[in-house]
Amino acid sequence: MLLDFHDRLRQAGLPVSLSEWLTLMQGLQAGLGTLDLENFHSFARLCLVKNEAFYDRFDQVFSDYWSGQAQQFDALLESLDTAIPEEWLKSAKLESLTEEQRAQVEALGGWDALMETLAKRLEEQQEEHHGGNRWIGTGGTSPFGHSGFNPEGIRIGQSAKRQGRAVKVWEQRRFKDLDGSREIGTRNFKMALRKLRRLARDGRPDNLDLDETVRATASNGGLLDIHLRAERRNAIKVLLLIDIGGSMDYHAQLSETLFSAARSEFKRLDTYWFHNFIYEKLWQDNARRHSQHTSTAELIRTYGKDHRLIIVGDATMSPYEIMVPGGSVEHWNQEPGALWLRRLQQAYPHCVWLNPESSQWWDTTPSVRMTRELMSDRMFPMTVDGLQQAIDCLKTPITITSDAEKH
Amino acid sequence: MKDTANSGAPASNYITTDDLQQAVDAALTLQRPLLIKGEPGTGKTELAIEVARRLNAPLHAWHIKSTTRAQQGLYEYDAVSRLRDSQLGDARVADINNYIVRGVLWDAFVSEQHSVVLIDEIDKADIEFPNDLLQELDQMSFEVYETREIITARQRPLVIITSNNEKELPDAFLRRCFFHYISFPERSTMQRIVDAHFPDIKQDLLSAALEVFFDLREVPGLKKKPSTSELLDWLKLLIADDLPPEALKADDIRTVLPKMHGALLKNEQDVHLFERLIFLNRQQQNKQR
Repeated sequence: MLLDFHDRLRQAGLPVSLSEWLTLMQGLQAGLGTLDLENFHSFARLCLVKNEAFYDRFDQVFSDYWSGQAQQFDALLESLDTAIPEEWLKSAKLESLTEEQRAQVEALGGWDALMETLAKRLEEQQEEHHGGNRWIGTGGTSPFGHSGFNPEGIRIGQSAKRQGRAVKVWEQRRFKDLDGSREIGTRNFKMALRKLRRLARDGRPDNLDLDETVRATASNGGLLDIHLRAERRNAIKVLLLIDIGGSMDYHAQLSETLFSAARSEFKRLDTYWFHNFIYEKLWQDNARRHSQHTSTAELIRTYGKDHRLIIVGDATMSPYEIMVPGGSVEHWNQEPGALWLRRLQQAYPHCVWLNPESSQWWDTTPSVRMTRELMSDRMFPMTVDGLQQAIDCLKTPITITSDAEKH
Repeated sequence: MKDTANSGAPASNYITTDDLQQAVDAALTLQRPLLIKGEPGTGKTELAIEVARRLNAPLHAWHIKSTTRAQQGLYEYDAVSRLRDSQLGDARVADINNYIVRGVLWDAFVSEQHSVVLIDEIDKADIEFPNDLLQELDQMSFEVYETREIITARQRPLVIITSNNEKELPDAFLRRCFFHYISFPERSTMQRIVDAHFPDIKQDLLSAALEVFFDLREVPGLKKKPSTSELLDWLKLLIADDLPPEALKADDIRTVLPKMHGALLKNEQDVHLFERLIFLNRQQQNKQR
């Protein structure tokens, strides 16, 4: 029963588990969410969706599933009474319409036009007809007949319940903003970054270790024997390299958000800046970037292999800037940027590249494609989902592809 | 740690929407925990208090802090007291039960009446916290390790859990809960909420205030958008000052900060942002003249 709906939810990427599905069934048997379709919608959402970020996606699937067959809901209710809940699905084979078809249907014109066409078609049509998009019958997208989807349609001989209002709750898409692929604020950034933690006890022992104290005291014949231990701290070390200036100006706010989130989340965070691509020099202070800079070789010597490397940049530039010595727009670089990136990868195998540019444009920019290859596909968009993937990816070291080795 | 709802409270001024009511009904019928999320100040905690009041059931509230451990909700074994007493030769030392301190869930489990448990701001605790409560919330029973006693709920309490989304909750935990997101009230719902709280408010003042309030929420880039509880505080101030509605109507939020803005804007940066916007607008207006 309703399994089709379940499959579609899973196809849409909603993590609906079997136990949640059974809860929904249990609830329906107990009479919950059976008042009308709207009631069912909110109950199904209550059972199946556990994150407001998925509300919008759920609403879309729901809308898509029920739009052509709202009257099937009554059949669902009946099936609950008889406890043989499969037969109704047969008629659920009814064509469910795509957005495109719907637009076509809506474009058919107003009431008068419909009445005229109806008269004409009644004349033309000779036999019984079901489905399709022209003749009068059941199902389908013709404006005449019933059980189909046409917002301006005329019903002929149908008693079943039909969609009551034009715009249903799930069609309003009120939760659109909450979808997980949205851009992120400091708080969401922090939540994602928090996953990148490795708790360790080190430093001065200044917390009372109660368990150990009790054990030691007991074995000491009841005389107090106090034991101390160090506090648990996040021991992860992060090295953040951020592209600044040029095309990155459009993403300045996003980079700033990431930077402030990272600074409050990691105790050991070092940030360096670069322009367009990584060459032999980086700097920590943007105001004095021309007078005070750090050589990249020194950076590699200074920070140990256990640092996690996060590079932020849109990687949008001329391919020469990556591949050719002297390609940099600012100065004469002896060695190509790709080589410096390779050295960084060897020094810090746990590395990712975050790209604030929307991922749909990546393939259209050659330099982004190249950088992505150089990073062995470890490039992620700067969204909640993207950052989470990046953090997961940081747990494993990079495997440098032989293809990139040539450079 | 334990609050008991006042059964003789005045008529309710908590306004629910249909789907929220349905969520509570479902949680009661199927006896599952109900997880509530929503913008701060949309009445998540209030919900539990209100449900307890309407069911006429005692409310066991457990407010979570960053240091709270799951065990504390069940019971705590006070080893330090026992250690101290043993050094002093206290007679109570012989019985371990004297040093077991009951937690909120224990209280709720042994309650004679059907009760409501509120686990407030579960996201404040460590990431593993919800996982540690899985079994207890599922089976509604737990074992006291020290005494080998098994505590089982006499009546399964209704568990309401609130979260502010600071941490993600584990999937295994989510699977066992019903989930409801309290979305920000629409204007008509907001009107009902305000009416319930201030039945005597002048309607023209209210509509002027709501105008300013919803305009304010539209301002892009605010760090903390004002929510229901801020609106209620602000209205209280406005009423206490007995401001005429004209005073608000004159305030186009694009030209002046609204009266008593301290109740609405809780962030220094937001106030600055606002002042800058106002400054820009005035400049534009001056140019037009």
